[in-house]
Amino acid sequence: MVLTYRPQRYPLHQLRDEMDRLLMGFLGPATNGPLPGASGQPAVNVWERPDALLVEMEVPGVKSDQLDLSVVGNELTIRVERPDGPDEGVIYHRRERPVGPMARVLRLPVEVDSNRVEAQITNGVLTITLPKAESAKPRKVNVTVG
Amino acid sequence: MTNENTIAKPSAEEAAAERTWAGRSFRPNVDILEREDELLVVADVPGATSDSIDVKFEDGTLEIHAVAPPRHAEYGDFLLREYAVGDYYRTFQVSEAIDAAKISAKYADGVLTLRLPKAEALKPRKISVSAG
Repeated sequence: MVLTYRPQRYPLHQLRDEMDRLLMGFLGPATNGPLPGASGQPAVNVWERPDALLVEMEVPGVKSDQLDLSVVGNELTIRVERPDGPDEGVIYHRRERPVGPMARVLRLPVEVDSNRVEAQITNGVLTITLPKAESAKPRKVNVTVG
Repeated sequence: MTNENTIAKPSAEEAAAERTWAGRSFRPNVDILEREDELLVVADVPGATSDSIDVKFEDGTLEIHAVAPPRHAEYGDFLLREYAVGDYYRTFQVSEAIDAAKISAKYADGVLTLRLPKAEALKPRKISVSAG
């Protein structure tokens, strides 16, 4: 891969490129393209709170047993099986809803406590709460006057 | 930070009539299935609740409007934002003669399923031949 930099007269562009590359290292795809056996990567939203990370994904039609979550180190893997519709005795005029296995791997920017990860599905929306590890939580440091 | 493999929601730019209310709206993905005696319209509307979904059938036009209330306000700072939350809106011209009084709707797990029974006159009928 050849790295090219914009001329120095656009320092803002260069800064932006470098920030993009830095951020991609965290939440960007850990793999290029879908995982083996998966047909697509569903979109996710990720938030940070002082005590936890929140990951949300829209998974209409998915029951909890069609969902597989794992946290290994700082990687969260979400595997989803979107159920297929009936096939016999029907004619499909449109078939836009994605079906089949799909997966997403997120590289998390902070250490999380994998034992306390919680997930729930409400109205087709999956929400995963990943509490930060103690070492990653913000701490208030008291300054003593000497 | 989406890439070509990311499955995102299409926006409702195709909606025929413009809306008079503000906010984003999305065109839900649908499957349309035909059985011998009915049409099924299956729409992905994650985030909506059963009482926030409005289905209308008038003059051969089926209109789906679902409100997905914003749920992100209290979540904190975005680290990654690949999709937005908003209303779902889509209309269909239904060409088959539909028995409007018998249209039914079911909502479960973010999926809206509409059953549009065909009018009696259009259902296939078996005509028995009597020996004379």
